[in-house]
Amino acid sequence: MSLILDKINYYYGKGTAFESAALKNISLSIPDGEFIGIIGHTGSGKSTLIQHMNGLIKADSGSIYYNGKDIYDKDFKMTDLRRKVGLVFQYPEHQLFEATVIKDVLFGPTNMGMDKLKAELAAYGALKAVGIGDDLIDASPFELSGGQKRRVAIAGVLAMSPEILVLDEPTAGLDPAGRTELLNLLKEIHETKGITVILVSHSMEDVAEYAERLIVIDEGEIKYDDEPRKVFAHADELRKMGLEIPQCTELMGKLADAGLNVDRNCLTIDEAVNSILKAALSS
Amino acid sequence: MLRDMTIGQYYPVESPIHRLDPRTKFLGTIIYVVSLFLFKTFWGFLLAGGFLVMVTILAHIPPKYVLKGMRPMLFLLLFMMIFNLLLTPGEVIGEWWIFSVTKEGIYAALFMGLRLALLVLGSSLMTYTTTPNKLTSGMESVFGFLKVFKVPVHEMAMMISIALRFIPILLEETNKIMKAQQARGADFESGGPIKRAKALIPILVPLFVSSFRRAGELAEAMEARCYHGGEGRTKMKPLKYHKGDLVAYLMLAGLVAGCIFIP
Repeated sequence: MSLILDKINYYYGKGTAFESAALKNISLSIPDGEFIGIIGHTGSGKSTLIQHMNGLIKADSGSIYYNGKDIYDKDFKMTDLRRKVGLVFQYPEHQLFEATVIKDVLFGPTNMGMDKLKAELAAYGALKAVGIGDDLIDASPFELSGGQKRRVAIAGVLAMSPEILVLDEPTAGLDPAGRTELLNLLKEIHETKGITVILVSHSMEDVAEYAERLIVIDEGEIKYDDEPRKVFAHADELRKMGLEIPQCTELMGKLADAGLNVDRNCLTIDEAVNSILKAALSS
Repeated sequence: MLRDMTIGQYYPVESPIHRLDPRTKFLGTIIYVVSLFLFKTFWGFLLAGGFLVMVTILAHIPPKYVLKGMRPMLFLLLFMMIFNLLLTPGEVIGEWWIFSVTKEGIYAALFMGLRLALLVLGSSLMTYTTTPNKLTSGMESVFGFLKVFKVPVHEMAMMISIALRFIPILLEETNKIMKAQQARGADFESGGPIKRAKALIPILVPLFVSSFRRAGELAEAMEARCYHGGEGRTKMKPLKYHKGDLVAYLMLAGLVAGCIFIP
């Protein structure tokens, strides 16, 4: 599986007096099995970019190839793409509408033409994967807690067995325990099913901990596309773009500047702790 | 598609008409419309038409824009004119096939057409020069006397303002929900009427749920800021008459005089 974006351009308000470039010359290659983080300031074009990935928005110029096929070709079935590239919007619990949880999760697979038995298996499997118990299967989605609703909404997309799972700020509005739970869930899905997970996030700490590849978008352009460790080494450039680096990376940088023999590129607290201990014990 | 929808036809520009108190414009429109039905001869319509042209020029609105407001009416207008032209009894002037055109018919068609056109153009001028919120404020004031009859004037005006305020928000929410459901394979474009109506459920249910949620939150926020209805409530932008309004009322008086003295 591969999704390739080639020189994508998209303009808001095209043809009017308010025309402005949302995406400028974006080229990206997304292979199987990666955990990718996308960061960028508000308005940088992140949401617009991910909506191009499943064809909800059509680029004004440039091409997108899914497994080598041009998705803008008139014979290309967009519904197939939307099944393979599952997109979970922000606050996905707002899209729940069915009478029961299981019926809502079945919405996606049924739309995609899966036969009844396969769809039900997929739905049950997805609900299990996100940790929704059997006791809630026939409950009304509107009776669930916020966190449960969100997991049901994600299950609704997972049930389509996507090859790429794109999530726009999935932890928005969750308490710290909820955030950790959700991110660990995504990591588990990534590892057990081998699908590519794309996480759009405002949390540097989250992408530092979970992403293997980090894409930084600024004003509609891709500024960095590399390992998180290498990207966060550019603290000043990131700050100019309205972004930050993970808190412990910043701390380690200051400690290193003060003369301590630590690794300034630590991304997580665990790494930082180990590095500080090593430096302290060896001196 | 949803992105391009604009509510109302307010034309944002500086002009003496835009600056008029909404009450003046509201009452002025009513007087103007009534006058159109009182005038019976060409001179009357000339006066009304002249009044309209004067207001349009003063409002700094391009004539093309004003005429655009006629578009939805055009078909009806033409239809009614032809109806009157061919079916009014009286002094026959010409005949064609089974239809006969009478002198009375020509006058009737002409006046009907003129009346309708002036009516639509005149009332749309009011919406072009007054923001929906100003208009609501003006109406709340004009209908204030109904409070004596226990009509909830303030509450209705508040409801209208809130509804107007939330239109863009709900439109955006609808857009978001549509996209989320499309990402799950929902199709709103194909199929017969029944299929399409069913396809609206995944949009309408979340939209209703979200609207109720917003309404509840708004009500709490308003209460938290001591909202308790219209009793004793002041306005941030109280309506005050200015010199321009006096001039406007004088001109309207002239129009009323015209109604009385011109047949």
